[in-house]
Amino acid sequence: MTSGAEIAVALAGTGAVVRPAGPPDSVGGVEPLCVASPATLDQAAGVLAAAAGLDMAVVPRGSGRTISWGLPPARCDVIADLSGMTQILEYAAGDLVVRAEAGVTLGQLAETLAEKGQRLVLDGPPGATVGGVVARNSAGPLRLRYGLPRDLLIGITIVRADGHVAKAGGKVVKNVAGYDLGKLFAGSAGTLGLIAGVTFRLHPRPDLSAWVTEKYQGSAAAAEAALAAAASPLQPSAVELARPRVGGPLWVSTLLEGTPSGVSARAGRMRVALGHGASEAMVAPDWWGAIGEAAPGPVDGTLVRVAFWAAELRPVLDAIDAVAADTGVAAAVGGSAGAGVLYASVGAGEDPEQVAVFVRALRAAIGPASGPGADGPARGSARGPARGSVVVLTAPAAVRERVDLWGPVPSLALMRSVKQQFDPGNLMAPGRGPGGI
Amino acid sequence: MATPLPAAPPGACAALIPLLEEICGADHVISEPRELRTYECDGLTAHRTAPALVVLPDRAEQVAAVVRACAGAGVPFVARGSGTGLSGGALPRSDGVLIVTSRMRRVLEVDPLSRRAIVEPGVTNLAVSKAVEPYGFFYAPDPSSQVVCSVGGNVAENSGGAHCLKHGFTVHHVTGLEIVTPDGELTWLGDGTGASPGYDLLGAFMGSEGTLGVATKVVVKLTPLPEMVRTLLAAFESTSAGGTAVSEIIGAGIVPAAIEMMDALAIEAAEAAVHCNYPAGAGAVLVVELDGPESEVEAEASAVRDLCEQAGAGEIRSADDPADRARIWAGRKSAFAAVGRISPAYIVQDGVVPRTALSRILGRIAELSGRREGVRVANVFHAGDGNLHPLVLFDDRIDGAGEAAEEVSGEILDLCIEAGGSITGEHGVGVDKAKYMPKMFGADDLDTMQFLRCAFNPRNLCNPGKVFPTPRLCGEVPGVHRAPSAGAAATAEVEIF
Repeated sequence: MTSGAEIAVALAGTGAVVRPAGPPDSVGGVEPLCVASPATLDQAAGVLAAAAGLDMAVVPRGSGRTISWGLPPARCDVIADLSGMTQILEYAAGDLVVRAEAGVTLGQLAETLAEKGQRLVLDGPPGATVGGVVARNSAGPLRLRYGLPRDLLIGITIVRADGHVAKAGGKVVKNVAGYDLGKLFAGSAGTLGLIAGVTFRLHPRPDLSAWVTEKYQGSAAAAEAALAAAASPLQPSAVELARPRVGGPLWVSTLLEGTPSGVSARAGRMRVALGHGASEAMVAPDWWGAIGEAAPGPVDGTLVRVAFWAAELRPVLDAIDAVAADTGVAAAVGGSAGAGVLYASVGAGEDPEQVAVFVRALRAAIGPASGPGADGPARGSARGPARGSVVVLTAPAAVRERVDLWGPVPSLALMRSVKQQFDPGNLMAPGRGPGGI
Repeated sequence: MATPLPAAPPGACAALIPLLEEICGADHVISEPRELRTYECDGLTAHRTAPALVVLPDRAEQVAAVVRACAGAGVPFVARGSGTGLSGGALPRSDGVLIVTSRMRRVLEVDPLSRRAIVEPGVTNLAVSKAVEPYGFFYAPDPSSQVVCSVGGNVAENSGGAHCLKHGFTVHHVTGLEIVTPDGELTWLGDGTGASPGYDLLGAFMGSEGTLGVATKVVVKLTPLPEMVRTLLAAFESTSAGGTAVSEIIGAGIVPAAIEMMDALAIEAAEAAVHCNYPAGAGAVLVVELDGPESEVEAEASAVRDLCEQAGAGEIRSADDPADRARIWAGRKSAFAAVGRISPAYIVQDGVVPRTALSRILGRIAELSGRREGVRVANVFHAGDGNLHPLVLFDDRIDGAGEAAEEVSGEILDLCIEAGGSITGEHGVGVDKAKYMPKMFGADDLDTMQFLRCAFNPRNLCNPGKVFPTPRLCGEVPGVHRAPSAGAAATAEVEIF
């Protein structure tokens, strides 16, 4: 067993700032020995190489906002804290491309990009780091039109578990040379290696944004409106839905972005599409993006992500309500209805046993068997893909102990092989990968 | 890292014939040498190897059984769609089985409410758009070969197309894949939702050029048909002036569906072939296409027109209806085949540079070709995203001309890498550009990418020798296209670039 002092000496030799860990550094209740804060790529590589040499498990951390989401690590000796790597390495405004170190925050980036009338089209709190957002592959309302962080990521620099630095992609948007490791690392939550730098494609900031919002009493009308908006040629950037309380009304809102004259004409037509009572505003409704993985506030309860084929929107809404009513769990629902993603948010005060039952019942109701042509419990079988998932993104410890956070994961055997290849010593956030690998 | 490529045990392919016939039916296993030659190359004809066997499975289970048979016998296998690839990605192995998906052309399901369709890999790109058009949708990635190229091939190459500037690449429009793993298991990557739990193996598989497995079903995302499409053609004195217009358009916050440019030599070729009637004497033409809601397209088109005029555009034409737009596109779409009118042979490259470096790099390319007798370069390119398609023209009847053209071609890729770009924007690495990979990536980069291959394809029986440089590929020559005959160029309906 290596002592904390030996580790500190080995890590300090890399030039990174090293300090003993304290309770605020714990990851899902697991307290690490120390926190190493590299200021450069070389130092980050040194930290991982030194940790590997000592057989120490490493958990990378950005702002720490979602560090305790998911399963707790099986081991955590060293926190690799990227929040000191804050350089915007290259901003080529004319090419709509930016290259940044992992610790750059969305807020810092937005400020720089705004000077040139540009933006990174990702939702997330201003304090979130770009490395963290990519590691979680988390997205908010804009996912309908612009996708996930993986869709905007055009290059990545990683530090492997053994301390070697590797890059993939590049700094041009159109590039098919070599495997796209950025896709693999997006959403890998630190389990395959450390994301040290990212290159994103950017978009121009729209001249005008307008939200068209309508309230519905039933799931059928709300679902019909949301799907019609998402399929319309009016090119909405987002189609969101919220149902704050079980049995209560549902709101649907669409975001339109573009030229002033264009947005105004489109908003008028979208009002007709959503129903004549729909309102139009230059600001988002207060519930916009408030429930979900990219929401600004902290999540202290249970956050469940339900992904489905969009045609299933109404059955999914009804299933959530039915299961919530059965279990007595007050689940608020919101999310990117048009893109087939909803979140159920359950307060920290709910009975953990009932929350666990809620999740399991939800999986049974809208899991593999949902969707036209799906073929029952054999997820990802030869006849058709499983068409949805219910994943617990974060939950209090008492809930975590009672329910499988991941649920069934398709192609888990291949994911295991990938983990084994990238991290043969199982040192990178062990136990936090898909299905707990 | 470099290890010899696997080779089939002697006689292993012949021994497989009865089993493969049992799986696919005797009619769908080809072993006759003359017939095998049909499959000896893809769209890059400089690399030719006839496969030992060709199988034409009809469904996913047959593909899986074929792969299991190959894996069991230690026989390498390569998947092929329509064979329009331009980097030799589907180049067969002489000791291997070629799995051709051309019988797997069913559109299995269209789900308009979910904006998804499930298709088999042999379905052509355009057939997807045709199948979903009645519902008001299209399939956005549109490689120029879309009439013939297969969706499975698009997945393997992560195909782009002229309109990927706004709409993205194949990877942005595929949300699920059924694959046969290199050991013959059927499994799904992604569940069609776009938010499947776990590692994004779907994203990693896209563009892996057939080295991680064989796609057997593809879930594609459907995009609402734009309300309006407007195409503008602007003539400039030089590519540099055209480049200024491109920068101004992008700088104004406009993201057109496509921005294409042709230089004088490319215009000359197109004019000779299809009489596209582009403005006479132009040093460059720019084709800008805007799509979307009517109100946005109107506003953007007027801005684009102004910006082109400010950048010195002479004539500007504009078209809304499909026939008029097709006339504008005719010259651009015929340009590659049309080069056969003005040169006996040519090499096409696919390098990418940052958009802002376009003018500088075009100048350097002109210098390169100017230094070599008998070599000319025509430029036709996706200006919006900096994806160059330089056509290096030469006369292969003259001694040394081919070598000179190859040198110029390689130097163009060096320029792209130096400028911070890529050796390939959409054609893939295949066998053709594997040797350039170490110029773009370091040893650790390539080594780390191979971790992924090792996870999926540890025995390297699945499309060996592609993407990554190996000893076997040393000394390979870059691709030389035989120009089609003049008649074929003039009437070609099918574009492959």
